Amino acid sequence: MIATLFQRAIMQGIPLLCGATGEILTEKSGNLNLGIPGIMYVGGISGVIGGFLYESSFMGHKEDMNGFLAILIPLVCCVVGSLLMGLIYAFLTTTMRANQNVTGLALTTFGVGFGNFFGGSLIKLTGSSMPSITLSKTSEFFCQSLPIAEDLGWFGQIFLSHGFLAYLAIILAVGTGVMLKRTRVGLHLRAVGESPATADAAGINVGRYKYAATCIGSVIAGLGGLYYVMDYANGIWSNDAFGDRGWLAIAIVIFALWKPNLAIPASILFGGLYIVHNYIPGIDFSTQELIKMAPYVLTILVLIVISIIDRRENQPPAALGLNYFREER
Amino acid sequence: MNTVPAIELKNITKVFGSIVANKNVCLTANRGEILSILGENGSGKTTLMNMISGIYYPDEGHIFIDGKETVIRSPKDAFEHKIGMIHQHFKLVDVFSAAENIVLGLKDETFNMAAAVKRVREISSRYGFEINPNKKVYEMSVSEKQTVEIIKVLYRGADILILDEPTAVLTPQETEKLFAVLLRMKADGKSIIIITHKLHEVLSVSDRVSVLRKGEYIGTVQTAETSEAELTEMMVGRKVDLNIERSEPKNPVDRLAVSHISCIDREGTKLLDDISFTARSGEILGIAGIAGSGQRELLEAIAGLQHLSEGEILYFDPATGKTENLRDKTPLQIRDLGVRLSFVPEDRLGMGLVGNMDIIDNMMLRSYREGRSAFLRRSEPKTLAEDIINQLEVVTPSASTPVRRLSGGNVQKVLVGREIAASPTVLMAAYPVRGLDINSSYMIYNLLNKQKENGVAVIFVGEDLDVLVELCDRILVIGSGRITGVVDGRDTTKEEIGLLMTKSRYDN
Repeated sequence: MIATLFQRAIMQGIPLLCGATGEILTEKSGNLNLGIPGIMYVGGISGVIGGFLYESSFMGHKEDMNGFLAILIPLVCCVVGSLLMGLIYAFLTTTMRANQNVTGLALTTFGVGFGNFFGGSLIKLTGSSMPSITLSKTSEFFCQSLPIAEDLGWFGQIFLSHGFLAYLAIILAVGTGVMLKRTRVGLHLRAVGESPATADAAGINVGRYKYAATCIGSVIAGLGGLYYVMDYANGIWSNDAFGDRGWLAIAIVIFALWKPNLAIPASILFGGLYIVHNYIPGIDFSTQELIKMAPYVLTILVLIVISIIDRRENQPPAALGLNYFREER
Repeated sequence: MNTVPAIELKNITKVFGSIVANKNVCLTANRGEILSILGENGSGKTTLMNMISGIYYPDEGHIFIDGKETVIRSPKDAFEHKIGMIHQHFKLVDVFSAAENIVLGLKDETFNMAAAVKRVREISSRYGFEINPNKKVYEMSVSEKQTVEIIKVLYRGADILILDEPTAVLTPQETEKLFAVLLRMKADGKSIIIITHKLHEVLSVSDRVSVLRKGEYIGTVQTAETSEAELTEMMVGRKVDLNIERSEPKNPVDRLAVSHISCIDREGTKLLDDISFTARSGEILGIAGIAGSGQRELLEAIAGLQHLSEGEILYFDPATGKTENLRDKTPLQIRDLGVRLSFVPEDRLGMGLVGNMDIIDNMMLRSYREGRSAFLRRSEPKTLAEDIINQLEVVTPSASTPVRRLSGGNVQKVLVGREIAASPTVLMAAYPVRGLDINSSYMIYNLLNKQKENGVAVIFVGEDLDVLVELCDRILVIGSGRITGVVDGRDTTKEEIGLLMTKSRYDN
């Protein structure tokens, strides 16, 4: 049962990790994108729309579906959907210099509504009696894990039983960490988030870095939404099922001190805390809800601890949430 | 002496809105020389240099580098032409190490921090800098940060270095070290441009001096052939007659006695250093000084907004005849005693008014404590707002227009009007005419004069020496947080004040 808890914690953690990695990348450019929860919704529903169109064209002979296309189509749809959301955010805040908080919250409201609208529409199209769409065949492709996983006992169950998106999420997080810490692009990006005026004076194109980081960050977050529907939920989309995971992802950004590497264990921890109540026998409903609060309480504790330690490296990017305009005086 | 021009500016003009920052400026800096650009605050020195380093783009005029006309559109263009600027406010990323800051923005070579650290060490030993390339900027002293900035431009192979007020933040010892480094760079064939307003530094380190006044180019002289007096005159200009009325103070009595106050900022630098003076009723006390010499801190100290490390501020209450020590009082208690601060900071709305609120609401910022009801009474502030609009000729559609929408002059009238309406006993006004046109400025001068006649002790912080000389009864000159002189407004000259402003010590 412990192995199952760990396995489920990782599965819970992957969407959070995608959201957190995307948000860290975005925040490192000084953009506080509170639209991440909405973007993850859009990523999810865009994938569902693509998958739905492909899978429903094989009505009655689903065994003929091409595994490669079944993955590629939802993936491309998800990337395009979340990229557009990132572009809207970057355009409004970087080019139009709109307030970042307002823009982000608006995108979240929009994204959730977008997801529910198209989710509802698809449900109506299928004429199903259930308030959900099931893309079981597409999901099978997404969930495909290494065949050796089953032969390796608990190790296989915890570490090798996941679909490819889970490993991609880990690779993206590690890659983002390396990029930020060890490359010139990372140095420049951090400079943009810390002090855009300095970066500008050093000849760095501040706008381009903000656009790129925001858009790529949105795509990574969107993949979290896709993983949730296709892998975690076995291809079943029902409105609002994604819940508040987007906000949890933003909490992880703070918890992990803006370090993608730390976000990996943090996501799995948060994922585990999110579901651990199912594995504690004999607790009542109200206790369950209390346990679900644990990730947020932890985040507050981390905030308190880092304020006390007061190391500059652990602080958010200094220009986070501020738009940059060169000739402002 | 080598006279190969490295950079030439011809007829450069730059306008911000309605303010002309630079007008037809011509300038030449040669290879292997140190050129000083001298001028008061707001004379357009920094704007001019920002155009060379690509931060601003000139509206008119031409820039020649090595004899070829060049267009500098961005800081990147400036690097390519081997121009490096060291800004007064350092442009460094706090959480990065020295070396990381130095390589920031470079693209050509492969990314290798170890090699970068090595090159930083080479440059340091060549010119005699002392720096640890791996130290984080937030752990550095001001002088170390400046060193990082200088190495940053040298690392990029800059041949033309521009330093904006490089000594403003340095101790005398650090200044000497800096000058030694500059001389070594000059010997290496680099052109160095120093923006400054400190005369003795100009004389000690530069080869030639170019002077700017109010955005205009005045002239260039060889340092060896000039004197402090000539440079001061070039900098402040001849006396302009403004015809500001100045009445004799009527039976002045001491109202405010500041004695030996000092205050220290977070980094341990002294912002105010042993300041003592007396402000009398029925008198305008002027405060002159280079911007950032402690004027703001001084006024804030009196208003109770600045923590003092030493000294006391005594207030002689005319109503009760008692003597109060303002140092132990909260800003609110000080205000209630009748000490009023109408501070006009760089951004006018910053400290006195709320931009998005209308004139009436801004009046209520001062009166909201009055009355006992939970609801606000808007009738009295409304009358006050309308009075101010009528008496001071504030141009506004109505009293319920957000202050943000008014022009600068009208905003200042609202601010000063509100503080005066409370019939203060001490009125402090900092830069109340900054950015105002002539008529509005005179309106403010008349207001201050009227307060003076009513027996108020007026403290006026100004930047225009002509105004100070004509408006004030006495003028206190401060430099680097110290009093460098007290002069009588009736028999002083601009040159005298100008010289005192550039000193950093009071010698009788």
